[in-house]
Amino acid sequence: MTIAPDHFRQALQRTPFHDRMAALATSEDWASWNTYRVPRVVDKLSIEYFAVRSGCAVMDLTPMEKYRITGPDAFAYLDRLIVRDISGLKPGRVSYVAWCNDEGKVIDDGTLFRFGENDYRLCSQHHQLDWLQLSAAGFDVDIAVETHDVAALAVQGPTSCAVLGAAGVTGLETLKPFDIMETRCHDVPLMVSRTGYTGDLGYELWTRPEHAVDLWDHLFAVQDRFDIHAMGLSALEMVRIEAGFIMPGFDFNTAEAAIRKDYDRSPYEVGLGWIVSLDKGHFTGRRALLEEHSRTPRRRLTKIVVDGNKPVGQAFIYNRVRGRQIGEVKCWTWSPILKKNLAIADINLVRGKLPRRLWARIDYQRELKWHSTWAECQPTTKPFYSPEHRLQTPPPRY
Amino acid sequence: MTDRKDAIVIGAGHNGLVTAAYLARAGWQTVVVDAGDEPGGMAAPICLADIYHFPGLANLAYPVAPELRDELDLDDYGYTPGAAIDTVTLAADGKHLIIGQDSVAGEGLSQADIDAYPAFRARYLEFARALQPLLTARPPRLRNMDLADKSTLAKLGWKVRAGLGREAMYEFLRVVGMNIYDVLDEAFDDDRLKGAIAAEAVMGSAMGPRSPGTVWTWLQWLQGELNGPLTTVRRDQAGLIRALVASAETAGATIRCGARVDHILVEDGVATGVTLADGEVLAADIIVSSADPRSTFTKLVGAPQLDAMFANRVSQVRGAGVVTKVLLALRDKPVIAGLPEARLGSRFLVAPSMRYVEQAYNPSKYGEYADRLVLDFVIPSVVDGSMAPAGRHFMSVNVAFTPYALKAGWENAKDGLLKAVLAQLSEHVHDLDALILHREILTPADIESRYHAVAGHWHHGELSLHQSFMLRPLYGAAQYDTPIKRLFLCGAGCHPGGGLTGLPGRNAARRIIKLGARR
Repeated sequence: MTIAPDHFRQALQRTPFHDRMAALATSEDWASWNTYRVPRVVDKLSIEYFAVRSGCAVMDLTPMEKYRITGPDAFAYLDRLIVRDISGLKPGRVSYVAWCNDEGKVIDDGTLFRFGENDYRLCSQHHQLDWLQLSAAGFDVDIAVETHDVAALAVQGPTSCAVLGAAGVTGLETLKPFDIMETRCHDVPLMVSRTGYTGDLGYELWTRPEHAVDLWDHLFAVQDRFDIHAMGLSALEMVRIEAGFIMPGFDFNTAEAAIRKDYDRSPYEVGLGWIVSLDKGHFTGRRALLEEHSRTPRRRLTKIVVDGNKPVGQAFIYNRVRGRQIGEVKCWTWSPILKKNLAIADINLVRGKLPRRLWARIDYQRELKWHSTWAECQPTTKPFYSPEHRLQTPPPRY
Repeated sequence: MTDRKDAIVIGAGHNGLVTAAYLARAGWQTVVVDAGDEPGGMAAPICLADIYHFPGLANLAYPVAPELRDELDLDDYGYTPGAAIDTVTLAADGKHLIIGQDSVAGEGLSQADIDAYPAFRARYLEFARALQPLLTARPPRLRNMDLADKSTLAKLGWKVRAGLGREAMYEFLRVVGMNIYDVLDEAFDDDRLKGAIAAEAVMGSAMGPRSPGTVWTWLQWLQGELNGPLTTVRRDQAGLIRALVASAETAGATIRCGARVDHILVEDGVATGVTLADGEVLAADIIVSSADPRSTFTKLVGAPQLDAMFANRVSQVRGAGVVTKVLLALRDKPVIAGLPEARLGSRFLVAPSMRYVEQAYNPSKYGEYADRLVLDFVIPSVVDGSMAPAGRHFMSVNVAFTPYALKAGWENAKDGLLKAVLAQLSEHVHDLDALILHREILTPADIESRYHAVAGHWHHGELSLHQSFMLRPLYGAAQYDTPIKRLFLCGAGCHPGGGLTGLPGRNAARRIIKLGARR
């Protein structure tokens, strides 16, 4: 990527899809994501939400941090970096991963793409170059930032497979979840992965920035036959909570951002214990995690369904009405499809277990006047919403 | 893997031997493996032309700590500390200064300096003594302190406050982080005297007299004097290496030379043995490395077994060697201008002023060495006749501020440096060229390849304040144990640091025995 000499005149960078997105963005509700200008809401939130859940939504993923990791020690390097056992990750597959600092606290999570023998791409929420380079000492590995050199779109929703097929991307029917495929969309060379952050059927498309507009146009050319909508960050926030996906830096403080003692979180505490492989050999944080694993857990990010229909907002969790404060809500949404009030809360455990009763004190405004009410919360370990078609291969035709 | 030992000690330098002797005496089956042909590490004998015997890089020595002599019966095995020597700082005009333990003499010296010197030395020896409780104890942790940690800190506090008294304590706290230049300027007038002490304070460090923390490095040098007076080295360093070998072997330890460790075996975060360069595998309950911490972690253990931030801290340990050793075999006793023959057994400094020392240091920051070098040399064959054939002599020169990372590359610069050193020595030694039979030069790069010490650093890492006590060699490995279970450190890279003290080895062994790390 070349940087224009007058780049500073523009506070936020434009992605290669920006012109097309801007043409649709009637709400003018822009947000900054990794220094790029992306829509919070493109047109209307409810339309975008229901596009993901019952049609097809297209989101600009370009700002996501992307790192290309190559070299003879690429596997050994990633194996030491990542808490998960990735020895079974074959070329053409993707894995959800997380990594920790020496103290076993989560730095970030992301997806790891394996393209070839010693060729990987790591996508992450936050900028990771410093940690990736610091971790590279002693390994023959090359780390390149690809964030600005790859244009990416998320195409998500029950009809996403059909939409892509109609738009000219063939062969997706056999693509399993976490598979990668090299293909074309008409004249646009493309990589497609069956991945996403919505908990629905969905794909992510990766191409060179110069092909971005063509790809966008091919997709939206089938708008006459399918319900396709561009989607912003607000709808994504709703559906990712429904899917039970956590967001580092929002649902918990990441290790690199933590200043105060005990304000960071281990993978066990954020519900990522299932990807920690203590028996795979050494990785950064293993010693600390081994020790933590042998102790009684102290707290855990917990999915809760809050009674009633008032969005819970920034609320404390109590053990009973007007009882002891035992946790706090980290993110929340009203789920239109489930007709439920959902949240993910950081809750202190009692002797390693969730307290029997959880209550949220909900503060809300009416005509600018604050009111307060109590709602009981039901914890759950499963995703709030996980439709069958999400994992089916071939996906059902809608 | 049938022959499983209790402990493998990597490196048969004096610290490795000390640790092995302690472990063996505690009943541990111990084997020491060393890459060299003979035990002794940096003090292992160097033989020039088969007839000159020199104890490696060592030039000067203080007696080893009394605890060590006593507990390992070193005197019974032939260790004898030598006789006290003076330091002579050479002047171009032949007006040399004779600097003793508690007096200084020389032409042109002011009465004020003559009077001030004994009190100054006594005060700084007192400061060094105040730090003594730390030397023979493992450095205290700052987090999760146990009783021993608190007791060490309490003893230190007591020594500094009650031992020194209020006035001396204030002075100690004032100067401990300072540079030696300012302190000496306050105390003395004479350039030669200040230059000599400044050179002593920075010898072996990548620091000039004006670098902060050089009072600290001098205090560490003075700590040796708490065990007895400074001596020149002798053949086999006064029998120290032989005595340690005998002490260890009598207690049952095995010493294997010519056995270079290729890597330390780590299984599931636990050290289980070593693989030698020839592929032989040795298994043991614990592994103790007297190799420098950077080599131990990055080469012998390897980054895949370490956490990323720890590995990063290892790579940031400061310590690139700056001292080149020049060994000269002489056909006759040298004559030094303006010096009575009876003084030839002294230690000689070419460091005529603090500015001279600072200027010699300056180019070393930029990968060069100065035109005028700081030299620290001895002619130990005058003291110990067995080091050279009858009538012949031996000179050992430490050349300060010759940086490991020389811009020009050492292969190209070595001859030039040797010439410069000889030219400068010739200003003081009559007809030196005609005296020289053999010469050898060991640059920091040579020291690295010969002794497997990263960047050829004597002390395996600078003896700076930020790498002392609980920060030596680095946070996360400062109490002789390491993030790898059953892997310990015992070399000069550990607290209390370099020099022929044996204290890192002793402290490490005591820690290991106390932990009862045997299976």
